[in-house]
Amino acid sequence: MHELSIANSILEAVRAEAVRRPGVRLLKVGLRVGELAGVEPEALSFCFDALVSGTELAPLALEIETRPRRQLCRECGRTFRVVDYSIVCPDCGAAETRCIGGDELEMVYLELDET
Amino acid sequence: MSRVPLEKKVLSENDRIAAELRARFREHGIFCLNLISSPGAGKTTLLERTLEGFPPTARVAVLTGDIQTDNDARRLAPFGFPVKQITTGGACHLDARMVERALAEWRLDELDLLFIENVGNLVCPASYDLGEAAKVVVLSVAEGDDKPLKYPAIFFRAALLVLSKTDLLPHVPFNVASARENALRVHPGIEILEVSSLTGAGLESWREWLETRRRAARAATAAPTNPGRT
Repeated sequence: MHELSIANSILEAVRAEAVRRPGVRLLKVGLRVGELAGVEPEALSFCFDALVSGTELAPLALEIETRPRRQLCRECGRTFRVVDYSIVCPDCGAAETRCIGGDELEMVYLELDET
Repeated sequence: MSRVPLEKKVLSENDRIAAELRARFREHGIFCLNLISSPGAGKTTLLERTLEGFPPTARVAVLTGDIQTDNDARRLAPFGFPVKQITTGGACHLDARMVERALAEWRLDELDLLFIENVGNLVCPASYDLGEAAKVVVLSVAEGDDKPLKYPAIFFRAALLVLSKTDLLPHVPFNVASARENALRVHPGIEILEVSSLTGAGLESWREWLETRRRAARAATAAPTNPGRT
């Protein structure tokens, strides 16, 4: 599984932020994971906690927001969530729809204590 | 307590190196593809059949990734083209940095087709951009025809699905129509080829698929990038 390398990449980015903000305690990092990202949130959380534990970053927390696949209808312009792999527009029935999200793997925010 | 926005891709460092590699491939007119499958789906055998079909003058090279051993490089070396093994030493996928390092000793101006055979794994390699022009997913008929639904990330990102080992079809309960339908549900634009490396069935279509893209990559380099310049 590659969740350990993903967790490591997140921590590298967090450490870079920590260097930029001396004296600030980092509490939580927010992550967005799309269902097409190929990343298992539970395995990622497990690896993240294992890597953080015992380091200067502990007890840094990870909050994962999962994102469904979204399509945009080329006919009527509606954006919809994909359920059961059906990419046909639920409004107008058009089959010509374009994927506009669901493969995210992004750090969204950092929660910190500046006191 | 406060919250600061980050909006940064987790794999931004990998993506940065991959973008550099992609620019170098484009500059040299190289068509690079990233072959991904579960272990044992027939990536190396497909590459053996592919390499043996090229004339000795072909400007082809292979990077092959595995967790351990250089068995694949040894299998592919006898065809006379440059082959290099990347041993990941535990990592379940190749990343852009590994590819960058492996390419350091090669002259890219001597190539126009580069195969990257990823570590056998249908999950992790999907997340790592290697700078390739296309990902190719290989699914053997000895596996399940529902794999596209179980592992959507790679089928969603692959330009081509090669259904391999089709010579086994009389002996296994694999439903080709349902595999195709499942792949198209996940990725409506995916191209699909059926290939048997053992009997050679379908290899001609695969070679044509490669040749079309190799030519297009070369033509894109030959064409002036700045029409205003003489």
